[in-house]
Amino acid sequence: MHISTELTENEQHGKRQIGRTVIDGTLTIYDAAECKLELLAALASVTELDVDLSSVTEIDTAGVQLLVMLKRAATKAGKQMRLMAHSPASVEVIDRYALGGYFGDPVVISSRPGAQKA
Amino acid sequence: MDLRLAQLTFIAESHELLTAMEEALLELERTPNDPDALNSVFRAAHTIKGSAGVFGFDAMVDFTHVMESVLADVRAGEVQVDVTLIALLLSCGDHCRAMLEGIDAGETTPPEALLIAGHTLTEQLTAYLAPEAQMGDATAVTHPNPPPPREAEVEAAGGPTVSSNTWHISLRFGKDVLRHGMDPLSFLRYLGTLGDIDSVVTIFDAMPDSERMDAESCYLGLEIAFSGAVDKQTLENVFEFVHDDCAIHILPPRSKVLDYVRLIDSLPEDKGRLGEILVNSGALTQRELEAGLQLQEDSLARAGPGAVAEDQPKLGEILVHQGVVQDELIDAVLSKQRIIKERRAIENSFVRVRADKLDELITLVGELVIAGAGTRLLAQRANNSDMIESTVAAEALVAQIRDSALKLRMVPIGDAFTRFNRVVRDLGAELGKKIELVLSGVDTELDKSMIEKIGDPLMHLVRNALDHGLETPMVREQHGKPVVGKLFLNAYHDGGSIVIEVGDDGAGLDRQKILARAIERKLVTSDAALSDAEIFKLIMKPGFSTADQITNVSGRGMGMDVVKRNVEALRGSVSIDSAVGDGTTVVIRLPLTLAIIDGFLVGVGRATYVVPLDMVVECMELSTEDRQAIKRRSYINLRNQVLPLLRLRDVFEMAGEAGRRENIVVVQNGGQQAGLVVDALQGEFQTVIKPLGKLFEKLSGISGSTILGNGEVALILDVQALVQAAVGAEAASATRPMEVRKLASGR
Repeated sequence: MHISTELTENEQHGKRQIGRTVIDGTLTIYDAAECKLELLAALASVTELDVDLSSVTEIDTAGVQLLVMLKRAATKAGKQMRLMAHSPASVEVIDRYALGGYFGDPVVISSRPGAQKA
Repeated sequence: MDLRLAQLTFIAESHELLTAMEEALLELERTPNDPDALNSVFRAAHTIKGSAGVFGFDAMVDFTHVMESVLADVRAGEVQVDVTLIALLLSCGDHCRAMLEGIDAGETTPPEALLIAGHTLTEQLTAYLAPEAQMGDATAVTHPNPPPPREAEVEAAGGPTVSSNTWHISLRFGKDVLRHGMDPLSFLRYLGTLGDIDSVVTIFDAMPDSERMDAESCYLGLEIAFSGAVDKQTLENVFEFVHDDCAIHILPPRSKVLDYVRLIDSLPEDKGRLGEILVNSGALTQRELEAGLQLQEDSLARAGPGAVAEDQPKLGEILVHQGVVQDELIDAVLSKQRIIKERRAIENSFVRVRADKLDELITLVGELVIAGAGTRLLAQRANNSDMIESTVAAEALVAQIRDSALKLRMVPIGDAFTRFNRVVRDLGAELGKKIELVLSGVDTELDKSMIEKIGDPLMHLVRNALDHGLETPMVREQHGKPVVGKLFLNAYHDGGSIVIEVGDDGAGLDRQKILARAIERKLVTSDAALSDAEIFKLIMKPGFSTADQITNVSGRGMGMDVVKRNVEALRGSVSIDSAVGDGTTVVIRLPLTLAIIDGFLVGVGRATYVVPLDMVVECMELSTEDRQAIKRRSYINLRNQVLPLLRLRDVFEMAGEAGRRENIVVVQNGGQQAGLVVDALQGEFQTVIKPLGKLFEKLSGISGSTILGNGEVALILDVQALVQAAVGAEAASATRPMEVRKLASGR
């Protein structure tokens, strides 16, 4: 697993800072702890974060949890977090957990008030 | 455990399952929609798939999965069982066997030809699957990562509306599930192979803030709507590995609304939210949910004002409900453990033993018998009564050991019989004949090695009967017979032999035509007076009737000489009984064991012979009167029955004259009796059969040898051959058609 983040847009006046994080390799229980810190760090430095999943070769339940955690942290801080360029491996897992709606559009799952609260 | 050993077990078990499946399929053909048979077929496909998965035989898993899907549809009543489907599934079974053989031979992937064959079968199977399922297949294939290529697509949330016909599975995984190396994803994937996952709602309510969240803990909850032809046990098994640290609730289709309410109560999340999740996942309609909650409130209200007034007890009630749920879970777990235990107990009562170990045991027992006989002889010579007594006791025990050792090798003949179900079905279809296989005496036991050796001759006879014996339905109708022909397989014990009969109710053998053919081929002279049995025996002559297309026995003799030779190699005999228009029965008579028998010792001059005790009917002294008579003729009058006699002294051309007295041992074989004239009767003896060398193989009248207690060799008489000789000689000198006819029928 390798995580790199770069600033793609820096709008000083509107205070809009968009970052892009690329997760390269596996996103699994084996590197989940480290990954958690890096993802949160990436989120902390921006107002909007694009997470590029195109290079994710393997993702498991721990990995999905991290993405959910990141999403929640972003929502809580009033920031935005988007998943983009899903690799097939990540599509499969997100599909299987039927979380496409949760990440893509928070409105789809009407039963997520708890998620926003937390 | 050694993987190779486990694999061998897998192969052996799979073969057994396939055999069971084949039987069940044939049963299904007779009685379509027989639930037991259907389950049995399904179980076979399912179990093989599961075990093959454990060993990573992917081709096998993929193939059996398609079979299983079709069978699941059949069980759900969506696909009708018909002849073509059964034929297809039978071919699938054969294909599985072929793959198993490949695996047995150590191939990791099946050869190309087999894959292509499998693909063709898979395509034919897929045609039976419901259209939606096929679509599911198609979309799933596009996933590059291996979700098995048949998974139904998981619906995104907000999915389908009410389909109350689904299972509802509620899961709250324990925190340590991931740390223990398990991933809920794999359960979802596996669940997808059992049926269709209609909807999944994933819940992360248990996950704390990002700071406190532990990346390695599992905070997952799942509400799954699932449809598939499974039972609750199967679903519980899916989650067996996480049973201990996971809250699992499985609600069967059409569960009561209150059960859902109870479920909601027992889950940690907010009630309203759970209600919504259930509605979303399609388990409940909004109306049902409201009605259910209302119902619960009503019952609370009826319980009394106190119950309503107190807000807290609701928690207690939830706990009670939860208690109920837990009790059920515990019950289920306990009963499951009990079943597993029982199954283990049954499994434990069988031990797989290598056949050569048994052979070794039996050889040793044989030596023990001989040694015991030697000891007894010594004791008798020493005239020590105490020692004699103890040797007698020891010998009785040895006899018991001998019997138990031999019984170890005995297996019921039923297994050898049932495989003909398939042959009869396939060949019947091929020949356009309707045939019913009637099995009897399937519990009759005989030596395992014998069963293996008798398989080919039996197959020959069955094919003969199907091909040449039984008529086409049209011909049968013309002759006023039932359209469905019958093929009988029967087995029973008769004295020291086992008798196996292969019979049909077909056209029967035409005596005249066989005789004409035999005369033409100069096998017999035209003036020979032959009994039916003798005539029918002619068809077992090598090469008889190979080409004559005119007679209705054409081809009947094909391979009959091979059958005869095979059976005779096992010290057995073949006879044929037939009546024109009524059918033909081939009777195979085999010795029960190949190793040790109870013998009866007789003396002629200085030599000792052994007669198998099972064949001895009675012994008597030869009267002076009869002694005079048999110098002229070879039979005596025994209680008004003609008894053909054979003087062993003459048969074996022994020098010297008989003593003052001679005795008759009346022996019986295949319904025929004959008397053997001997000098002395020496009593019973446990006989270990030692084969004669190649040199003496063709020796007529002797079937083997044994070693006596004093170290001398005694020859074992081939009673069958001797009786035949006696009866033949007697019949030739004075024809008694009645008697011969009776003997020929032999049953």
